Amino acid sequence: MLITVRFFASYADNLGLKNTEVTLADGASITDLLSSVAKLPGASSLPTNPLVAVNQVYASPETRLSPGDEVALIPPVAGG
Amino acid sequence: MLREVSDQQHGAIALFVGTVRSVNEGREVKAIEYTAYESMAEREMSAVLSEAEQQHAGVVLAAEHRIGLLEVGEASIAIAAAHAHRGQALDALRYAIDEIKNRAPIWKREMYADGSESWVDPTHTAAR
Repeated sequence: MLITVRFFASYADNLGLKNTEVTLADGASITDLLSSVAKLPGASSLPTNPLVAVNQVYASPETRLSPGDEVALIPPVAGG
Repeated sequence: MLREVSDQQHGAIALFVGTVRSVNEGREVKAIEYTAYESMAEREMSAVLSEAEQQHAGVVLAAEHRIGLLEVGEASIAIAAAHAHRGQALDALRYAIDEIKNRAPIWKREMYADGSESWVDPTHTAAR
């Protein structure tokens, strides 16, 4: 299944990338997605367990993904 | 925003305005560039305002966050809370600003007087 992945702020800078798409096996979880992201160039500077959101909602590493989901890796937030 | 929350039943309107500060962690700041995961930030801010309204019956809130380049002194966020009485308005306002800062996917890149820049990471500093 195809998953859209979005990167922001320092993570986007480190990867030189704001969006990508990854193909994962059906039933894959956030943990599986993060293993796939870890292979991208520049990914060594990302934390192993970043905050993530699935379809704009914070999610845990065990969350199962569905085809077409949008997963965002969320650096430490600093609004206000 | 004050108009948005005002009502003849409301005897109290509390307003919080966050502005770009000239010094952070001992460094002179010239400007801050804010970026956001906009769709999620809007959703998260709405969720926070709903929670505050549920916790404080009768409170009405409004909030706006700017993104893009803001210079020292410019407002980055404003939140207004109205209620019949000041206690509930102030409590709801405090909840809203704290939770929005903790949860809304918004980031700032500080631009310093010496020409350098860096992403602000509140998990690595004392400034909360």
